[in-house]
Amino acid sequence: MTQTTSQTSSQATHNPVAPASQSRRNILLFGMMALLLCFVGVVQSWNVTFSLLNMCLISAIMALGLNIQWGYAGLFNVGVMGFAALGGLAGVLVSEAPVSAAWAAGGVGIVGGLIAGLATILAGLAVWRRTHRRTGMRGRSRYWLTGLTVLVGYTVMRMIIDPAVSAIEAIDPARAGFLGGAGMPIIFSWAVGGIFAASVAWVVGRISLGLRSDYLAIATLGISEIIIYFLKFEDWLTRGVKNVAGLSRPVPYEVDLNKSAQFQDFAASLGLSVVDASSLVVKISYAILFTLVLLVILWLCETALRSPWGRMMRAIRDNETAASAMGKNVTSRHLQVFVLGSAVVGIAGAMLTTLDGQFTPTSYQPLRFTFLIWVMVIIGGSGNNWGAVLGGFLIWFFWIEAEPMGLWAMDALTSGMPDGHWLREHLLDSAAHTRLMTMGLVLLLVLRFSPRGLIPEVKR
Amino acid sequence: MTDVLNAIVLLANFVLVPGLAYGSQLALGALGVTLIYGILRFSNLAHGETMSFGAMVTILVTWGLQAGGINFHPLPTALLALPFGIVGAVALCLIVDRLVYRYYRQQRSTSSIYLIVSIGVMLITGGLIRFIIGPGDRKITDGERFIIKARTFKEMTGLNEGLAIKTTQGVTVIAAFLVVGFVFWFLNRTRTGKAMRAYSDNEDLALLSGINPERVVMIAWIMTGALATIAGTLYGLDKSFKPFTYMQLLLPIFAAAIVGGVGNPIGAIVGGFVVAFSELIITFAYRKVLMYLLPDGMAPEGMIQLLSTDYKFAVSFVILVIVLLVKPTGIFSGKSL
Amino acid sequence: MTYLAGEMMTGGYGGVDILHECSIGVDRGQIAVVVGPNGAGKSTAMKAVFGMLGLRAGRVMLDGEDISSLKPQERVLKGMGFVPQNQNVFTSMTVEENLEMGAFIRRDDISQTMQQIYTLFPVLYEKRRQPAGELSGGQRQQVAVGRALMTQPQVLMLDEPTAGVSPIVMDELFDRIIEVAKTGIAVLMVEQNARQALEIADRGFVLVQGRNAYTDSGAALLANPEVRKAFLGG
Repeated sequence: MTQTTSQTSSQATHNPVAPASQSRRNILLFGMMALLLCFVGVVQSWNVTFSLLNMCLISAIMALGLNIQWGYAGLFNVGVMGFAALGGLAGVLVSEAPVSAAWAAGGVGIVGGLIAGLATILAGLAVWRRTHRRTGMRGRSRYWLTGLTVLVGYTVMRMIIDPAVSAIEAIDPARAGFLGGAGMPIIFSWAVGGIFAASVAWVVGRISLGLRSDYLAIATLGISEIIIYFLKFEDWLTRGVKNVAGLSRPVPYEVDLNKSAQFQDFAASLGLSVVDASSLVVKISYAILFTLVLLVILWLCETALRSPWGRMMRAIRDNETAASAMGKNVTSRHLQVFVLGSAVVGIAGAMLTTLDGQFTPTSYQPLRFTFLIWVMVIIGGSGNNWGAVLGGFLIWFFWIEAEPMGLWAMDALTSGMPDGHWLREHLLDSAAHTRLMTMGLVLLLVLRFSPRGLIPEVKR
Repeated sequence: MTDVLNAIVLLANFVLVPGLAYGSQLALGALGVTLIYGILRFSNLAHGETMSFGAMVTILVTWGLQAGGINFHPLPTALLALPFGIVGAVALCLIVDRLVYRYYRQQRSTSSIYLIVSIGVMLITGGLIRFIIGPGDRKITDGERFIIKARTFKEMTGLNEGLAIKTTQGVTVIAAFLVVGFVFWFLNRTRTGKAMRAYSDNEDLALLSGINPERVVMIAWIMTGALATIAGTLYGLDKSFKPFTYMQLLLPIFAAAIVGGVGNPIGAIVGGFVVAFSELIITFAYRKVLMYLLPDGMAPEGMIQLLSTDYKFAVSFVILVIVLLVKPTGIFSGKSL
Repeated sequence: MTYLAGEMMTGGYGGVDILHECSIGVDRGQIAVVVGPNGAGKSTAMKAVFGMLGLRAGRVMLDGEDISSLKPQERVLKGMGFVPQNQNVFTSMTVEENLEMGAFIRRDDISQTMQQIYTLFPVLYEKRRQPAGELSGGQRQQVAVGRALMTQPQVLMLDEPTAGVSPIVMDELFDRIIEVAKTGIAVLMVEQNARQALEIADRGFVLVQGRNAYTDSGAALLANPEVRKAFLGG
């Protein structure tokens, strides 16, 4: 198995596959993916198929976002989780109704605190720069002065914001205890999520791009953890671990459909029970919306990749030194691409929260939201948008279906042992962890034997 | 006067002692990261899991020893099991290098490829650990719990505040001191250690001098495996062993390595303590200290805590950001061992 | 028969030949200098002799033995020392450690050799506890030569040892190299400063586009009007 993949990859590198046969292969691959989903529809149920499909679509968008960063530009983002979570936060902040009591209790304090925080950062930067330029001050005094400025500013911010936070969190903690959102349709959050993620990416990129490539990796790893901690503990903004459930929807509710006489007739005409039909219709509506977003992003990505901009990005990726010698500003191009990719991840994150109908900060795990996306991009074919999409579909599919398979395999493997044997019990208990290993193994095998992925990058 | 002493003891108890222990653990972890960076030129994201793996083997052997009635009273039994853990982690490192990294070395891959590969290794090792020992929390400390108990200290000194030093904290600091001493002696005094520094400094010239790169890489992995196990076990003894926490340790460890200058062993040690003490100083609530120091009636109302302990990992990140902004090469401008 | 000889060497990087039937060589106790315009393949010829470049044709002979198939490290064991042009010292290590690393393949007592090097380059003894990276350019070159001499080689190969040093330091380096040759070591070097180098050379090779253009004694090349006109600036 590994032998054959290695051969195909080496063939691909030596004599580039003709475009026609390549596109036939791609159609075949996507066709097989569709067949897999249909198979689930027939064997399990179509409801499961569309649940899978919706998640596949979101995964594909996340993979596209990471592909923009890694595939186009070779940027190492290990913080996909954080950007997805920021998208989720947008879902809450856009769609939830504002909690007027909370605003009354602490709105001024929060806004004032945030302004103070911003002022602190600006003041810190100003002191840092001024002391350098004006007095040529170097060394210790410069550090101390900047540190002191930040400390004072931070204390002021905390003094303003802390009472406001406790006031807000005291308002009806069982149901609110936070500021709420803007009360707008949740679909706007998809754009807002992109903007949130892009803003944070801009800051992280400004700091860590242009330095050694692994600094970006460490920085993104760090910021994504911190974003999650922030979302977990800042109850005034997100309700923290109390979660925000029952977010509004861009599509109809099942209960409303079930009640409508028209819909009952429609279900009957299809020969489905009303409950099945309504849940199917909701899922299909989501699927249509998600497909539209995916197609738009995919179209933008493809256009960008073919444009002179895309060519330049690849040139920079393949030879940074030569590109910068030709007068390309490598760092600012990288910043651009990092922000764009993170925005796409943010959009997908907002869509995910929309689909879930709730925001649960604890659900963000690096394995699921960062490394899984990496596996999608690598397996699909880094640098190729279609590859990222296929990777998103395929890996999500197996991610979900692997657990029953693993359990089944363990069960079969240990069937010779008596029930309740310690090893059998242990293996059955641990089956869930095989996912982690499988992901790692798949990643390593693909990198080693087929580093260009299922749909290799097209050399233009 | 006693107020000042009380305040000092309070700080020592909650900042100095835990900081020394935590700093030692981070320093040992960062030393491993720096060694691999210095020799193989990549940031090893799997390092946290290597620590976890070594600690796991140590725990399994500890259980065996405990079941066999063997102990190391008054010290924790885990110290007896530590050599087995080291052997386990070293074996893991060498096998992974042989199966995975060696290929990319021959391909002369870029550091980004190594980085993804190390993610793959991280996932597999993490899965293996959870598969073998489960994701739960394991307490492995036995033996005498304290070197000094808070109450004993109070009785001895007559102060209000007690100073407690856990055995694990003492063991951690002493072990770290010995290990670091050994590493520096090895790198600076032995022929093999100097060859490693030479290889790290100038690979081509090292080859010309007849230094065998595969041997240097092997020794780097052996040292890394050993350091990771010691760091992981000490951390597990001090807090508790939970596979999940080791991935979270990556951030402070890398922050420590980068603060000191990646590739520079002295930098790794200093960085470890910088990160540990920053974390504790920033998340410590100073209310009680101020109550002792300030005149009556001026005692503050709030906790006087700069950052809630929930955000202790943010401290590493902020340190990282400051270093990247101000001096990306780190305090000791490291590149080579 | 020449002690070290690259004979009719043809080869280059990535399928493009840089050397075309190029021959260079040196005898024990002699200094041979390879000169020529930029891009003539001087450094490439050195690398070929030292085994850092695969040859398509030709061979490298050392003391009557064909060593063409040996790796650079194996040539070090055969008694060849090489001083690269750039990055030729371990900057973070002390001078003494640099010398120790030069002798890495030796298992016997190296203190004698180290003493000889300190006698040859007294300044290195003064600076033996300093990191090599903190030394001046000329001193670094001395460390680099000393490092290569630590294996007690029969042949010392130097790739532009005077690149980037002042004329005074260059003269001093050349003096040292003459002393090295006097101990019976064969010295083969590439030089940019063609005139000065040929003055101390027993043999000179002028390369043009990877081919031997002129081969003669140093003095004869300096006297040759064509060589003077084309390569020595009149």
